Amino acid sequence: MFGRRGLKWAVYAGVFGFLVWSAWGLRVSPTRFVEGLGYGRVLLGQMLPPSADSAGIARIVDKLGESIAMAMVATVTGIVLSVPVAFMAAENISPRPLYYANRGLISLSRALHGLIVAIIAVKAVGIGPLAGIVAITFKTIGFFSKLLAEDIEDIDMGGVKAARAAGASPIQTLLYGVVPQIVPRFVGLTVYRWDINIRQSTVIGIVGAGGIGTLLLRAFERYDYAYVAAILSAIIAVVLVAEGVSALVRRRYQ
Amino acid sequence: MTLDVVDLRKTYPTGDEALKGVDLTVVGSETVAMVGPSGAGKSTFIRCINRLTEPSGGEIRLDGTDLVGLDDDGLRAARRDIGMIFQEYNLVERLTVMENVLTGRLGYVSTWRAFRRDFPPEDIDRAYELLDRVGLEDMENKRVDELSGGQRQRVGIARAVIQEPTILLVDEPTSSLDPETSREVMSLLTEVAAERDIPVLINIHEVELALDHADRVVGLHDGELVFEGTPAEFDERARDTVYRGMDAPPSDAVDGSERSVADGSTVGEPTRTPAGGS
Repeated sequence: MFGRRGLKWAVYAGVFGFLVWSAWGLRVSPTRFVEGLGYGRVLLGQMLPPSADSAGIARIVDKLGESIAMAMVATVTGIVLSVPVAFMAAENISPRPLYYANRGLISLSRALHGLIVAIIAVKAVGIGPLAGIVAITFKTIGFFSKLLAEDIEDIDMGGVKAARAAGASPIQTLLYGVVPQIVPRFVGLTVYRWDINIRQSTVIGIVGAGGIGTLLLRAFERYDYAYVAAILSAIIAVVLVAEGVSALVRRRYQ
Repeated sequence: MTLDVVDLRKTYPTGDEALKGVDLTVVGSETVAMVGPSGAGKSTFIRCINRLTEPSGGEIRLDGTDLVGLDDDGLRAARRDIGMIFQEYNLVERLTVMENVLTGRLGYVSTWRAFRRDFPPEDIDRAYELLDRVGLEDMENKRVDELSGGQRQRVGIARAVIQEPTILLVDEPTSSLDPETSREVMSLLTEVAAERDIPVLINIHEVELALDHADRVVGLHDGELVFEGTPAEFDERARDTVYRGMDAPPSDAVDGSERSVADGSTVGEPTRTPAGGS
């Protein structure tokens, strides 16, 4: 008992020590912090109120539209590719070698941040929305397949056994034994991922992968902070609407 | 129809010997009840017959075809002739009663038609007839999660029978049901089989229910067949043999003495529990 309590305090001390060491390493001194606050106030002053001329607004609408379109296309392609991956990555219905291969693919997709994937995609297919679609699709596979595979692993196997016992083929067994049990979750995850993809698609333009991120980067480079604020407001509005729709649909289906 | 099981063995990867060489023949349209304590290997035996559990050795001949040697396609074709009814019903709760019943016809329709729920009209007609027969008229569009346990097992019976099987395998059909419903389900099961003139192999631990409905009783103890006879022959002594692993029953029940239970010390519940329980 005392041994375990000792261990607990040792862990706390270790975590605290690590925090102190990290702060020291980053040289975040109190003076530096206060100075930073000052810069922040200046920046905020330049951003407010947000402003954009009519051409600027047209560019925002155009590029935001591109972001949303990228997110839509990538959600569809990502999910179409995710479904087979999810089935093959479900331990209870997939043969061992396929299971490991697909779990590996999922881990790879999850290990890399969306921006890194986007940089690679830009190098691979060139600047523009296609790179964004490729990047978001790849990230969708990691997210969607993992969660769907976990849901498949949780199903009641009774119907699967019954279909097998009646002489159903493997695909028929999936259609009748597995699919009906995962449909609600599938719908929920699709909408949830769509909402994440909308957010992703507004960012990855920063590395050249299309969408409103490109516009945002250029506005920053021009120190046009009022326009930056206008772009950010537009992004926030779109993301909020997407989240609202997503929450509404998921509540209906689950 | 003849089901001929010869020297069936099953050893689980954990090293548990669930079946130690069981011989059994089921012919004509008889109802054979397999009794025995939990862990005796009854469920393993039933599941090995249609290879939901892969046997480790032995032969399973259904009208001459050895099911053990079949490849995937051959096994699927053979399974169409074997109707199976499960302890936990094994229905898909989110599907309707009709969809669950038609699952029994999957072996006969293409995947594309199955995907579109496009079953031949004669299958659908037969499904309606069977639902009437098992007492579920007008329930075809209900979702299974709205049904009671007894109703679910009736759906399970309809799903097995719509296969037009040549034999019914039944794995503890009543252990999730109350006594009254158990009796009704057992009667329905044996009546439906009799109407179709097909044999039934039931694995069941409720002895009285077994004796009431079976033509023949076989007793399994610790992976070995230790009794075989009519319900009338299943007396006190036979029960001791099957449930406690005591002396071998009279020689007319089991041919040869080498199959008598060697391990007389195993009294009551064996400690071994094969995967999948009972």
